[in-house]
Amino acid sequence: MRFVFKRSYDADIKLFKHRPQALWYLALLAVMLALPWIIDEFFLGEATNVLIWAIAGMGLMLLVGHSGQASLGHAAFMAVGAYTNVNMMESGIPFILSLPLSGIIAGVVGVIVALPVLRLHGIYLAIATLAISVLTEDFIVILEPWTGGVIGLVAPPIDLFGYEMDRYGTPTAFYFLTLLVTLLVLFAYRNLLRAPLGRAFTALRDSEISAQAMGVNIMRTKATAFGLSCVAAGLAGALLGLFAGAFNHETFNLVLSIQLLLMIVIGGLGSIHGAFFGAIVIGFLPQFIAISRDGISNLFGLGSVTIPGIESGVFAVILISFILFEPLGIYGRWVKIRTYFELFPFYRKNMFKRQKSYLKTERMR
Amino acid sequence: MSLLTLENVTLRFGGLVAVNNVSFHVGEGEVFSLVGPNGAGKSTVFNLISRFYDPAEGDIKFEDKSILKMQSDQVPSLGIARTFQNIELFEQSTVLQNLLVGRHRHRKSGLLAELFFAPKVRDEERRHRAVVEEVIDFLELQAYRDKYIAGLPYGVRKVVELARALATEPRILLLDEPASGLSVEETQDMIFWVEDIKKQMGVTVLMVEHDMNLVAAVSDRVLALADGKELAIGTSAEVQSHPAVIEAYLGTGGRIGDD
Ligand SMILES: Nc1ncnc2c1ncn2[C@@H]1O[C@H](COP(=O)(O)OP(=O)(O)OP(=O)(O)O)[C@@H](O)[C@H]1O
Ligand SMILES: [Mg+2]
Repeated sequence: MRFVFKRSYDADIKLFKHRPQALWYLALLAVMLALPWIIDEFFLGEATNVLIWAIAGMGLMLLVGHSGQASLGHAAFMAVGAYTNVNMMESGIPFILSLPLSGIIAGVVGVIVALPVLRLHGIYLAIATLAISVLTEDFIVILEPWTGGVIGLVAPPIDLFGYEMDRYGTPTAFYFLTLLVTLLVLFAYRNLLRAPLGRAFTALRDSEISAQAMGVNIMRTKATAFGLSCVAAGLAGALLGLFAGAFNHETFNLVLSIQLLLMIVIGGLGSIHGAFFGAIVIGFLPQFIAISRDGISNLFGLGSVTIPGIESGVFAVILISFILFEPLGIYGRWVKIRTYFELFPFYRKNMFKRQKSYLKTERMR
Repeated sequence: MSLLTLENVTLRFGGLVAVNNVSFHVGEGEVFSLVGPNGAGKSTVFNLISRFYDPAEGDIKFEDKSILKMQSDQVPSLGIARTFQNIELFEQSTVLQNLLVGRHRHRKSGLLAELFFAPKVRDEERRHRAVVEEVIDFLELQAYRDKYIAGLPYGVRKVVELARALATEPRILLLDEPASGLSVEETQDMIFWVEDIKKQMGVTVLMVEHDMNLVAAVSDRVLALADGKELAIGTSAEVQSHPAVIEAYLGTGGRIGDD
């Protein structure tokens, strides 16, 4: 077990708790930077995909895990990001501007949508945001001049200061671009959590009434959380559009919103780690299912049969198992395992018996 | 000088008159207690001051200015801090984080500065932390600084809530039953703390309390309420021996000080 001796207030303000922790993250970063030379192009694409999920996941984690507001509508804000970005790129706005702008515009749209919706609590909020998700597909089809209707849009190649890149031609460059955005979002997220606004978010989550009694403006803070969350969703959406190459209304359907929520629940609500763990699961699951399906088929000599709906089925099973057996998600499980080894042999079974659902915000006076 | 004034305040919940034409004022530097049987409307008075409810009639003034135009999240900026009868802490945060939320009314940094954790945000954080540490020392919470609320015993939570209110650097502190559920020793601590809050920190205290030992030990003046109406006002001894007060407590089958 490690004891950290804090010698100044900065020990609690710094990004890393102690030097070994900083070294671990540096090592992880080094691996991420070396990744294009470690794995082949196919898996680099998969890694890029995971990072895009992680960006969106961080956005949703901020909202659900840290601010306690449910959202089943985040695919809509990813769509805003994707369509805004491609439209801006085509009208000649340089990519260095169009990418951040698509995040910001998604954030602004998020705030506008949030203001009426965020008066609702818990399940009602979930239903209202679900409605946003359902409407998105129709809106995309209606707004044909900008969205290309059911045909969709094709993402142009990215021009970054004269250097052309796209997902297939230069997968390494695209991977680094995604990694950079991931790191920036991560940095901002970490900063927020150690600043007053981040504490106001968690205050909202745990007790609106006393947050208010401490001077937190509930509506403004909720709208800020929703807006920031949508900025990340918009950035992820823009990258997803470029990653997919072509997209239409079906790219941003309800299933995507549900997957996003699944991701952070599986990863572990209320921690940034959870967003990444969840992204790895969600990002690799289709591959995993495909590979294991082929394996099973070969084993029984069935040839390549496709079972419709298998993916959703496996998702559902995973989610239900997590909610039943590990409500704290993968990150929660990891913390338990780590604590077990740190305290060995003194680990008590009930050590972590204090969890409560984060989705509950309905508690008044 | 009068810091907080209620003038003929009335609040109804449907047919029930929870607060009935109540007037009182709390002077600067005073410890003022509200007593009364269950359902007398004491917590409702607090919720009115916190602007959770709009009074049907009457006015509430802080330093002679009406606060009825303010939203509840603006009230703390006046220097009004409170605790809740049923402890409302941020359960999934540490004691330290809870107390730092108390600093929210002093927040100066904007969104952008915080996203980049600009140097001035860091400086502010250090200052907030220094104030919070003073409160931690005062209430002897050092051992719990990095503990999560969800794992703390009841008595400690009560103290943390008091600490969070103090971290706002209030001018007036509203304590809703600070000693309920506390042991005899913990109540004794509470008496010392309330006295120090008044004498050393110069903070005015408005307190709701059933424990008459605590009320008698710290209060300058006491107001007894029953069924939303004022019964008697004066020193704790005067109020306790007032016929209307004795009657009200007998009416509920209890004795003053029971609860
Ligand atoms: N939100 C509400 N809606 C309806 N009635 C309420 C509400 N809040 C309080 N009341 C009623 O108003 C009356 C006064 O309640 P209040 O909580 O102020 O009592 P109290 O003096 O604090 O009592 P206690 O000592 O039990 O805390 C009670 O009859 C209570 O049932
Ligand atoms: Mg009460």
